[in-house]
Amino acid sequence: MSKELLINPELTAKLLEDFIADEVRKVGFQKVVIGLSGGIDSTTTAYLARNSLGPEGVYGIIMPYKGSNPQSEKDGLSVAKKLGISWRRVDITPMVEPLFQAFPQMDKLRKGNVMARERMIILYDQSREIEALVLGTSNKTEYLLGYTTLWGDMACALAPLGDLYKTQVYQLAEFLGVPEGIRRKKPSADLWAGQTDEEELGFTYDEVDTLLYYMVDKRFTFSELEELGYKREFVKNVFKRIQTSQYKRRLPLIAKLSERTIDRDFRYPRDWGR
Amino acid sequence: MKIKVGLAQLKPSLGDLKKNLELHLSLIEKAKAEQIDLIAFPELSLTGCFLKDMVPVVSIDLRAQIMEKMKEESKGISIIFGFVEESSDHEFYNSAVYIEDGRIKKVHRKVYLPTYGMFDEQRYFGSGETVRAFDTKFGRMGLLICEDAWHPSTSYILANDGAKLIFFLSNSPSRGIKEGEGLGSAQIWERVNRITAFFYSLYIVNVNRVGYEDGVNFWGGSEIVGPDGLVVTKGEYLQEEFLCGTIDLGKVRRARMYTPLLRDEKLHLTLRELERIYEQRTSNKP
Repeated sequence: MSKELLINPELTAKLLEDFIADEVRKVGFQKVVIGLSGGIDSTTTAYLARNSLGPEGVYGIIMPYKGSNPQSEKDGLSVAKKLGISWRRVDITPMVEPLFQAFPQMDKLRKGNVMARERMIILYDQSREIEALVLGTSNKTEYLLGYTTLWGDMACALAPLGDLYKTQVYQLAEFLGVPEGIRRKKPSADLWAGQTDEEELGFTYDEVDTLLYYMVDKRFTFSELEELGYKREFVKNVFKRIQTSQYKRRLPLIAKLSERTIDRDFRYPRDWGR
Repeated sequence: MKIKVGLAQLKPSLGDLKKNLELHLSLIEKAKAEQIDLIAFPELSLTGCFLKDMVPVVSIDLRAQIMEKMKEESKGISIIFGFVEESSDHEFYNSAVYIEDGRIKKVHRKVYLPTYGMFDEQRYFGSGETVRAFDTKFGRMGLLICEDAWHPSTSYILANDGAKLIFFLSNSPSRGIKEGEGLGSAQIWERVNRITAFFYSLYIVNVNRVGYEDGVNFWGGSEIVGPDGLVVTKGEYLQEEFLCGTIDLGKVRRARMYTPLLRDEKLHLTLRELERIYEQRTSNKP
């Protein structure tokens, strides 16, 4: 990993823990709800939330599917127990299966999206019952590459890891004391058996995070990136991913008709009056 | 002369004038109880920072009731705070005011409005056209707002205009989390404060806010830096604090005796060269 991606984890944890407490409380909430997948992102998010709001302020929801790796559920549960937070298990199989059966041609990508969105429904429903905000678990790498499901795992009130690359999430996780077993697992969306992020993406997080850092944060041009040693094909591939997934990072387009159109010339912070 | 200064490192509510006024008044009361001579609040302390379309909603003019209330409060303590100013021709400025003994002594309109990266101030604010020192019962001083301080020309003007202390009111967002280092934006500001104080042999009082707005954090760390470039008083990072420190104007005198940089400053040379550069830039000649 590039030295440029090394973070001060203590400072980062402090900023993110304060972020959660501040943004949750000033809109009148005391609690958050997180989907616990047993992976590095949701575990790290749960650690931050527990440090920020105390164990009584965090609810973990474990949402396995019959095809999920059984280890995911075990890890999710062990995180909840270790943190002393409340947790609940909701099996999504009986909810998504009827849809899969109604469309037998559904491929694994579509099924993966359905599962991600079913989990969103459960999290938002639970959030209403618990009176909690939904914490998202996506990181900057995923957001930029569009390696997420729109209105699925992207749906949340706050995304504490959204400005950290995946390799930086690992550093933060280590500082927070996330168990080694979880930190050593191959990253996986676990939407089908044997799926791993890096195999599906076609490159490693180590490779792409450094490239993203120079491309996005430092605004190097394509030829400057080539001078750093990146193959043009790789650079173009990653750029294309960012460009074609831009729609996921924005609100839906609204056709301009009036004097003041939402988000174009009607601009208010979300913390309006808070 | 010694001045006891209070730095209100607060966390305003975004766009809630009433709540923020109450917060100001309670801190002023606290400062009075501590026999403080002058209390300073950060940039836009009355309104919060990233206001966007709220700018015309939270603006006040210099005759507003809030201003009258602050004038009343200033009998017994001098007050510096930040607000959105609406001019008589309905232009909006990111302004700061100095009030003492019931009178407004200075209004500074932010000159340099950052409009790049995460900032969009020129969209919402008009920019100030002057940088001037002013007289107070504590001596001559200057007011600058956030980005103003990052243009060394502003402090240069104020120092040569006779300021012995300059207030930097800021809303500096937290950025930069590199390994082995403190917060990136804090480090840059601290360098600016120290080098400005040293270059012009004067006091820098940097009042920075804390809290979050839409996920953007402000890091606090308010400080008073003496004319030798060394820190006199330093606030905590990332938390609300009412900080108190003493400014000793005798220290300015001693620093200027020791290193008379300002005495030796060749204003005519600076002026002449700047005019030449300005001529070259504004004529179409290459």
